[in-house]
Amino acid sequence: MSAIPAPLGQRPRGDKVRGTIFYVLLLISVAVGFIVLFTLIVDVVQKGIGYIDPLFFTEPNNPTNPQEAGAKPAILGTIYLMVLLLMFVVPIGVGTAIYLEEYADRERWYNRLLELNIQNLAAVPSIVYGILGLAFLVRGLGLGRVLLAGALILTLLVLPTVIVASREAIRSVPDSIRQGAYALGATQWQVVRRQVLPAAIPGIATGSILALARAIGETAPLLLVGALTYVTVDPSLLGSFTALPVQIYQWIARPQEEFRYLAAAGIMVLLAILLTMNAFAIWLRNRYQRRW
Amino acid sequence: MAAQDTTAGAQPIRLRAEGRRWGEDVVKGLLALCALVSVATTIGIIIALLEPSIEFFREVSIVDFFSGERWAPLFEPASFGVRPLLAGTFAVTFWACVVALPLGLGAAVYLSEYARPHVRNTLKPALEVLAGIPTVVFGFFALTFFTPLLQDFGIGVGIFNVLSAGLVMGVMLIPTVASISEDAMAAVPRELRDGAFGLGASKLQVATRIVIPAAVSGIVASYVLAISRAVGETMIVLIAAGGIAQLTADPREPAQTMTAFIGATGLGDVPTGSLEYKTIFAVGLSLFVITFFMNIISIRLVRKYREIYE
Repeated sequence: MSAIPAPLGQRPRGDKVRGTIFYVLLLISVAVGFIVLFTLIVDVVQKGIGYIDPLFFTEPNNPTNPQEAGAKPAILGTIYLMVLLLMFVVPIGVGTAIYLEEYADRERWYNRLLELNIQNLAAVPSIVYGILGLAFLVRGLGLGRVLLAGALILTLLVLPTVIVASREAIRSVPDSIRQGAYALGATQWQVVRRQVLPAAIPGIATGSILALARAIGETAPLLLVGALTYVTVDPSLLGSFTALPVQIYQWIARPQEEFRYLAAAGIMVLLAILLTMNAFAIWLRNRYQRRW
Repeated sequence: MAAQDTTAGAQPIRLRAEGRRWGEDVVKGLLALCALVSVATTIGIIIALLEPSIEFFREVSIVDFFSGERWAPLFEPASFGVRPLLAGTFAVTFWACVVALPLGLGAAVYLSEYARPHVRNTLKPALEVLAGIPTVVFGFFALTFFTPLLQDFGIGVGIFNVLSAGLVMGVMLIPTVASISEDAMAAVPRELRDGAFGLGASKLQVATRIVIPAAVSGIVASYVLAISRAVGETMIVLIAAGGIAQLTADPREPAQTMTAFIGATGLGDVPTGSLEYKTIFAVGLSLFVITFFMNIISIRLVRKYREIYE
């Protein structure tokens, strides 16, 4: 006797149970990240809130008395780094993106190599950039452990991120726009400057801000270009400097409990800056991004 | 001139510009120059690492470097066996993978196959926030929250230990795995899913037997990239895993990774040209080579799934 086929719509036994277990496991996978994120923020705020006071923003670090220690030079250092980074990384990153998207011939081996190179650079450990800075900027050029060296190294570090984001923004501008401009007799650069770039600016700005946020949180490369110094004066371009994440590390590394709380206060300020930047980037994207 | 040309039989209007437009060439040159910055960066990294490393290996034999079991460059007599650093790196990476690989894949399957569009559109950016937290913050979390938590649970970890650093790093890497894997799953054509559903497959079967196999190159790419990130991560290890280079398989003990060694040595005032100074570069070169090969594998795999489905 031949087997009677199961009626359509009836699932084998156990399928539903297995499906539910699988679904719950997936939910757990997603939840773990958010639980940790939430715990981390609550923990940091609990530890640091007591040290967020006016002194924290007006005083330099005080290695003997955590009650009076502040992060003014570190916060200023981070702000200066942001400004310098923006000046360096945006022109170079957008320029590279325009070259790759609008000018480069994909079939040429050197352009393919260029793309591969950028993809690899994006994944090179950040501390390796620190070594580059140590060897060439600090020791090789004799620049010393200065703000400019830190800014340059962070520029190279986030350059691939800015390039990738800018390329995506440029690529999303439809070809019909370019062809329309060409048909009216525009040169290639006129097309890029007056049509493609204005249309791509929201995407480029969003990507650049996110890249900047990443750079501001970097610690390891700055350690190697010498931001881990005891600085009480406000930073200058060619002077010694420190930055917020480095100051946080310096406090964490101290054995006394009070400095840990100070570090938590520093983390609160750092996270506040980063979340503001992220929120701004997302707002920018939602406000100006066009769907073609 | 153009007006006169309208008579029949006249030469057609030339559409090309009369002369060469030098401005256009200058612009193209400047843009190419921007692109060259990233090439120069790679060359710079290689030169920066290679030159002191060669000098280092003149003084320390490569065999001793890779086979020695004691890493004590600052002691007298100094010993330059890199295996404790490799072992430390491997151990931390292993524990990071235990967390990041399954949970990242799970999160990707959820986002791609189960979540409604508006849920996905909220969760994905939120997950990116996790990826945007600075590593020094994760280090702080591992040292001051997670390690004490492990101790409360009766896992006898030391103040500095591999386990806490590795697990926290794993959580940090979940978005890396989830994001790339989800992209690969989204590239799997709908018809494959619909075909399976039409044959009576359950959602679980579609996810595990259709979508995951079809997206496997993207998933592996995300895994390789996550491992590469774990190998190259500095701050969490520097803060939470301690600074003792030792060969041990016990994750409750402290260890030093390659990155943590570079960080700890490089931040001091090591005199230029000394053997200690050159160790930074020799270890850095090893790190660069290891991550380089993993990055290339990852890039290749991503291209593969793009070629198949896009």
